Amino acid sequence: MDPEFGKELERQRSYLLRVARLQLRDAALAEDVVQDTLAAALTAQGGFTGKSTVKTWLTGILKHKIIDAIRRKQREPLLASTFDDECDIEDLDGLFKAPFGAWDSPPAEWGDPEQALNRSQFFDIMDFCLEKLPPNTARVFMMREVMGLESDEICKELAITANNLWVILYRARMSLRECLEQNWFKESGARA
Amino acid sequence: MNLLKRALGHILSCKDATHLVSRMQERELGVFSRWALRLHLAACEACTRFEQQMRFLREAMHRYRD
Repeated sequence: MDPEFGKELERQRSYLLRVARLQLRDAALAEDVVQDTLAAALTAQGGFTGKSTVKTWLTGILKHKIIDAIRRKQREPLLASTFDDECDIEDLDGLFKAPFGAWDSPPAEWGDPEQALNRSQFFDIMDFCLEKLPPNTARVFMMREVMGLESDEICKELAITANNLWVILYRARMSLRECLEQNWFKESGARA
Repeated sequence: MNLLKRALGHILSCKDATHLVSRMQERELGVFSRWALRLHLAACEACTRFEQQMRFLREAMHRYRD
């Protein structure tokens, strides 16, 4: 085993843990899944071709481990206590004016948002915003956008309808947009 | 322009438009929805901005894992 490679894997541990926790909402289970992922990565070292980054490659392994964990943990794959609330988006109606549904406060100008992608602080704010999402919303959004699962795979794994999925992703996107605007784009505008 | 905006608002409100923009990231829209959304975006600066921000969000999440 290449010790350098082992060290590189270790460096990704906190990222993997964060992603796993957001999807499993169970710290101990997230630890296990990340441990499995790193162990699998070490044995499959030869499978890493260097075509993608180590992080992307690990994310791919993590994806399978998380799905396995969800399947094993069949009792309540989703947090039932808040599921109905998360599928009901009346609370987001405040973003629009009744009765015609125009924006109450329209999205602000973000300038050149691409620049944010080169700043590690931007991703700290992103983590902060992800943590604020309701549990199932965070989970579904991470599965879709970070793990890159297709919509129907998510519906199948979590046993939810396509409509539930759309509403939950909509909630996630609206909340993240708002949170990033308040905590990054307005702030960085103020700093400039 | 205001009149046009109001007329388009009757076909599709900003609220509806945001739903379609989000859903578009999951699957292709039907012919009518696509047409209505395109017209709405052509006249609505706020929703155009929203649509760009949603594309940015997706890109940012890809970058998050890379």
